[in-house]
Amino acid sequence: MLTMILKRAAMAIPSLIGVVIVTFLLTRALPGDPAAYFAGPAATPQAIQEVRVKLGLDKPLTVQFGRYVDDLAHGNLGTSLTTGQPVVTELRNRLPASAELTLLGLLVSIVIAVPLGILAATRPNSLIDHACRIISTAGVSLPVFFTGLILVYVFYYQLGWAPAPLGRLDVFDNAPPQVTGFYLIDSLIAGDFGTFVASLKQLILPALTLAIFSLAPIARMTRASMLAVLSSDFVRTARASGLSPFTVIVTYAFRNAMLPVITTLGMVFSFLLGANVLVEKVFAWPGIGSYAVEALLASDFAPVQGFVLTMAVMYVAINLMIDVLYGVIDPRVRLEA
Amino acid sequence: MTALAATARHARYVIAENPVTGFAFALFVLIVLAAVFGPHIVPYNPLSSDTAEALQPPNMHHWFGTDQLGRDVFSRVIVATRLDFFIAVASVALVFLMGGLAGVAAGFFGGWTDRIVGRIADTIMAFPLFVLAMGIVAALGNTVQNIVLATAIVNFPLYARIARAEANVRREAGFVEAARLSGNSDWRILAFQILPNVFPILVVQMSLTMGYAILNAAGLSFIGLGVRPPTPEWGIMVAEGSAFMVSGEWWNAFFPGAALMVAVFCFNLLGDGLRDMVDPRRRT
Repeated sequence: MLTMILKRAAMAIPSLIGVVIVTFLLTRALPGDPAAYFAGPAATPQAIQEVRVKLGLDKPLTVQFGRYVDDLAHGNLGTSLTTGQPVVTELRNRLPASAELTLLGLLVSIVIAVPLGILAATRPNSLIDHACRIISTAGVSLPVFFTGLILVYVFYYQLGWAPAPLGRLDVFDNAPPQVTGFYLIDSLIAGDFGTFVASLKQLILPALTLAIFSLAPIARMTRASMLAVLSSDFVRTARASGLSPFTVIVTYAFRNAMLPVITTLGMVFSFLLGANVLVEKVFAWPGIGSYAVEALLASDFAPVQGFVLTMAVMYVAINLMIDVLYGVIDPRVRLEA
Repeated sequence: MTALAATARHARYVIAENPVTGFAFALFVLIVLAAVFGPHIVPYNPLSSDTAEALQPPNMHHWFGTDQLGRDVFSRVIVATRLDFFIAVASVALVFLMGGLAGVAAGFFGGWTDRIVGRIADTIMAFPLFVLAMGIVAALGNTVQNIVLATAIVNFPLYARIARAEANVRREAGFVEAARLSGNSDWRILAFQILPNVFPILVVQMSLTMGYAILNAAGLSFIGLGVRPPTPEWGIMVAEGSAFMVSGEWWNAFFPGAALMVAVFCFNLLGDGLRDMVDPRRRT
């Protein structure tokens, strides 16, 4: 088991090297003079020259790359021009907001999509099968920011059920004492049930938006892989042995059908992390996505670079975790490794 | 000519079998018409503002209402079709060339070509795609051309992998061996034997990724990249209208968003239909 994990981890290293090279090249591809860019629009030629020397831009590209890697190793992602704060600090402060939103969105999506896919597969061509197909086709066609706005209009403006889409908590509420950074968990730890409900209310719409967006691939994959498993020999044997339909579907078919679904989760995360940026903008969510968007519009490149790097590293880590999880669930993968 | 007639007959058969594809095709024709003739048929100038008419709900004169500057939303949505359609087509055509050629070369030649193309594709795949597109547009500059380029780059692995796989299985095929034995050079085989066979599969992929391309581009302009106001474009129109959603003026963001949704839906359905036509075995 441990060798398998180590082997998978080693396979992630080339991806990480690629990610670091690409984020480095992205800075050097800045139009015009990167030093002028980093110094800001109001800088004098002298200030630009200072920035050039400070950033080592007068050195050859390989030396610059060495410096960049060295900075990364020391956890230095540069400083934001607009806020004056180190990028690492801001990303760290804002990451829990994004993580809480993304994970809850994924959770909601799985809770809806997996049973839907199973029901559709066990009753082919039934009403629920058609519903599953329509939902998964519609889900991939809906622009995520558009879904979010529709939800805001219906549940905030029309029905008044949801609070205004303005961040993680109402301005009059106080954030719970920070333990994990997830308001839902922190408020429970502090025993503050009111804050728990308040933050849940803020979370529901953006999480639902993400869930609608990521529902389609999960439901589609669950359905396809359940269909394949249900027609296999061991399911037929289990049925012939007189096991109840529930046991056959849940213990026999479902556990085997989950393997391809878990692989799909890697792709789902790629979309989710991107969609997260858009959802954060719609709901004024103070996560790393909206941080990057603000910086982008202010031509403040260090936060954008830090953001792209963070997202990519997280994505590589998530894929690694999915691979390991796959090995835990499927003993055959362990044996091969 | 007979081959063309056979294809047309087959297409007619597929559309008759699957009315949804026919519907998607009709929608596609409508989108193309709007993209080509849009600016000439709209009732109002999409850029002219009239503050006396600002934020009117949909009515007889303004079918989709008016925005905060009194511009006609219907005219803007129709005119925007051209730009959105252009971005999607251009980026898909670009990645078709880059990814298709690189993938075919990788699959056919193998060795170093294969390793380099594979490594590039893997590196792109290591990023969440939309995030990478954001980074590329931020780095290369905030223009429509760079949105096209970024959308093409993030789709590169998909095309390269499909083209590679298809070229690879045909490398040792009988007709390729025959061509080789009759003295054709590698490049000639690539151009006249391999490419024509991989082509239809990539065309299907093009129509399947059109929807994603248009969503990606609209997402980028929604966060303020690429297209600048007052240019009519669906993503930026939704962004501009989003502020009015909380105060009840829904039409500002709804109609451009719905247009975007219909376009993506149409491309996805059309892609599925085309795939059935080219490769009936993959039908789901």
